[in-house]
Amino acid sequence: MPINVLMPALSPTMEKGNLAKWLKKEGDAIKSGDVLAEIETDKATMEVEAIDEGVLAKIVVPEGTADVPVNDLIAIIAGEGEDVSAAAAGGGAAPKAEAKPAAEAPKSDAGQNTTPGDGHMSYARVNEAPDGAKPAAGGGQAAAPASSGGRVFASPLARRIAKQEGVDLAAVQGSGPHGRIIARDVQEAKASGATKAAPAPAQQPAEAPKAAAPAPKAAAAGGAPAGLSLDQVRGFYQKDAYEEVPLDGMRKTIAKRLTEAMQVAPHFYLTVDCELDALMKLRETLNGSAGKDRDGKPLFKLSVNDFVIKAMGLALTHVPAANAVWAEDRILRFKHAEVGVAVAIDGGLFTPVIRRADEKTLSAISNEMKDFAARARAKKLKPEEYQGGVTSVSNLGMFGIKHFTAVINPPQSSILAVGAGEKRVVVKDGQPTVAQVMTCTLSCDHRVLDGALGAELVSAFKGLIENPMGMLV
Amino acid sequence: MSDTYDILVIGAGPGGYVTAIRAAQLGFKTAVVDREHLGGICLNWGCIPTKALLRSAEIYHYMQHASDYGLSAKEVSFDASAIVKRSRGVSGRLNGGVGMLLKKNKVDVIWGEATVESVAKGNEPGKVTVKETKRAEAPKGAKAAGSYTAKHIILATGARPRAIPGIEPDKKQIWTYYEAMVPEAMPKSLLVMGSGAIGIEFASFYRTMGAEVTVVELLPQILPVEDAEIAGMARKRFEKQGIKILTGAKVTKVEKSANAVTATIEGSDGKSQQISAEKLISAVGVVGNIENLGLEKLGVKTDRGTIVTDGLGRTNVPGLYAIGDVAGPPMLAHKAEHEGVICVETIKGLHTHPMDKGKIPGCTYCHPQIASVGLTEAKAKEQGFQVKVGRFPFAGNGKAIALGEPDGLIKTIFDAKTGQLLGAHMIGAEVTELIQGYVVAMTLESTEEELMHTVFPHPTLSEMMHESVLDAYGKVIHT
Repeated sequence: MPINVLMPALSPTMEKGNLAKWLKKEGDAIKSGDVLAEIETDKATMEVEAIDEGVLAKIVVPEGTADVPVNDLIAIIAGEGEDVSAAAAGGGAAPKAEAKPAAEAPKSDAGQNTTPGDGHMSYARVNEAPDGAKPAAGGGQAAAPASSGGRVFASPLARRIAKQEGVDLAAVQGSGPHGRIIARDVQEAKASGATKAAPAPAQQPAEAPKAAAPAPKAAAAGGAPAGLSLDQVRGFYQKDAYEEVPLDGMRKTIAKRLTEAMQVAPHFYLTVDCELDALMKLRETLNGSAGKDRDGKPLFKLSVNDFVIKAMGLALTHVPAANAVWAEDRILRFKHAEVGVAVAIDGGLFTPVIRRADEKTLSAISNEMKDFAARARAKKLKPEEYQGGVTSVSNLGMFGIKHFTAVINPPQSSILAVGAGEKRVVVKDGQPTVAQVMTCTLSCDHRVLDGALGAELVSAFKGLIENPMGMLV
Repeated sequence: MSDTYDILVIGAGPGGYVTAIRAAQLGFKTAVVDREHLGGICLNWGCIPTKALLRSAEIYHYMQHASDYGLSAKEVSFDASAIVKRSRGVSGRLNGGVGMLLKKNKVDVIWGEATVESVAKGNEPGKVTVKETKRAEAPKGAKAAGSYTAKHIILATGARPRAIPGIEPDKKQIWTYYEAMVPEAMPKSLLVMGSGAIGIEFASFYRTMGAEVTVVELLPQILPVEDAEIAGMARKRFEKQGIKILTGAKVTKVEKSANAVTATIEGSDGKSQQISAEKLISAVGVVGNIENLGLEKLGVKTDRGTIVTDGLGRTNVPGLYAIGDVAGPPMLAHKAEHEGVICVETIKGLHTHPMDKGKIPGCTYCHPQIASVGLTEAKAKEQGFQVKVGRFPFAGNGKAIALGEPDGLIKTIFDAKTGQLLGAHMIGAEVTELIQGYVVAMTLESTEEELMHTVFPHPTLSEMMHESVLDAYGKVIHT
């Protein structure tokens, strides 16, 4: 029986991904463990590993295809001794239908697909996917199967009205039989204004600049709320003045998440100057005392940023109310500090998260960051490594930036923008003296942190930076 | 004293007995009280026996026109008492059937007239007193009059003919539907007051049986709830059959003599005329049976002779419910049944919705038949809809021609903006059996697209339903 290779889910919430590259050609012999393809999602690029032996009979989804739904058939492997052309011809049709139900419940088989530990994925085969993905039978009357990217059950009239009024059906709670969305639900959703997907095309103001631009699509390709339409933007410039760069997954995600963050989370900013002289001295001492490995390399080399991460981690545990995130109708408060660290890479950034930053030693944080940074640049971070976090640290000091503010990375509740450490004249005991000073600005989500609470967190952080011995015990 | 019932339904009409059976299905200990007949007016003096009469009239009509079909029937005649006997037999059979269904579902039948003494409070159940009645003999196995208790009391007492002061039915010369259903002999002439479904059905029946029939309607249109275009077509057909129709006319006075009633009828122009007939049928609507139930004492809210409910059967008094005719219009058996089911399912805590009264079909079994659901064209426009209207005539349908029924129309009304089917209106042979196709479509919230994509079997009258939809969107094939 031919084996159907399905689009794997790289993370529990992944719904689709881009097929970046095929590493095997049709007709290539496949051994278990061979890398078949590279899948690109929001941020990561993952390799799909073969778990079967045979011949790659057919590539169903060509490389460079964007937004391939999880569990869609992407290739067919002919088993040993099977007729490759027959497998290629026959494999696609029937299993395609069979594979469908799996796509409705990407969650349940995500565990199956994920090979933890390294950056490789195995794919779901059609003969196992439906089992793992069987939709829960029966269930509550009113439970609408709306969200989670599954099929939305709605009456024809409800669908039409939703389309006309720009209501996102996935966000509408159905009140009809078995949770089906009926026209009234859409009208009520529209009236409450809760589920407006995006301005309905027809309602876009007509005074669009210059180019008689057709209105923007509901949600622009990146999923970001629509601003100016493509044609509107083009209308501002000479045609030969620019080149067009297609968006990759990361760019789309950054656009979507950070736009959302600025619109949803009420930001306010707290700026503080931290003196670094004690910290620089301690850093020198610690780095000098680092042991060597067999190759004679030091076991660690602490950066200022490692101290910043550790200080944020400890500060959060000192101010427990700030170690929290907003969650719709409640606040989630954490025991340990999860600190994300922005890592710039070519074409975007990652924010891998240092877990238990409050508990980890500076050297552990330092080494973990080096590993993260290296793998981030190679786009080989696993989703679970950059998801979560309560706060983040974004350091632009190496670029000479003195002061800036950062956009909170949802669902986190704050982000620390760290400027360059520089020698400044400060007044101490009425006398001007020179000190190494670093300006830090904390962006706070006001839903979670009020001004005083944010200030408490910032001053805890400043205290640790200026008295860094506190971070060693 | 008996054990406390979970649910006690007062009235065993189509609403009441269906409510009781559904309650029993849901596991409630249930009883239903009636004073006269299982199945209520519908089954005994309404929907069902009139259909039996009209069937006799229809066959009589076909026999009179046998030659149209290449057949011959000589000396075609009828026996009025045999027609009535058949009609009573049909009711009797179904009446027995209701008794059986109740027994099968372990619903107790209590015989007598019920008054609600109190409703449930805390752990104390509501109390209902049932008085003995001489109206009709109790069915076998029924419980006798007495005092009963129940946690939930559902009023399903129905409605009765409205009487106009000065023209009160006397059962001899001025009839209601009761007498009109069991004539000893066919009257030679008949005056029908009111042109709703009941009035028109009797007019149609008696005209077919040979009576001179005059219909008097207060409003400018016969069948006032129907679409004006359909009602207009019906009027033309009735007049062609020889029924005299006076609209915008009011019976101001009725004088009785030994063999006739003479009605003074004032037209919309203010001119009066006198029409004499052997019998007069008063069919000017029905009023809810809200009397002697103890409602005043309990403080139950009523409005224009019916009980006010929240759409799920609940009255303003907790523990007391009302469904069917007594809970307000439209006073139709199928509405009562549906309301009853919603009511007990709500009591059970199931997920229910108030009934959408805009999707209740109505049928009139005159010749030609009339059926409709949803908004009329005029109502749709009144409500601000931009409408698309489709029409398809029976003359364009193969099956209709083969049946020898080339007269009729199927009309559909869509919201031009959303494609929602707002209403459907039909006149012609068998349309009462067709309408539910559109009712299903409306309930499923179909748009014109789904209706167009539906395959209708050939050759059937239902093809006209498809064509009417196509016509609304300029895609009709057969006209």
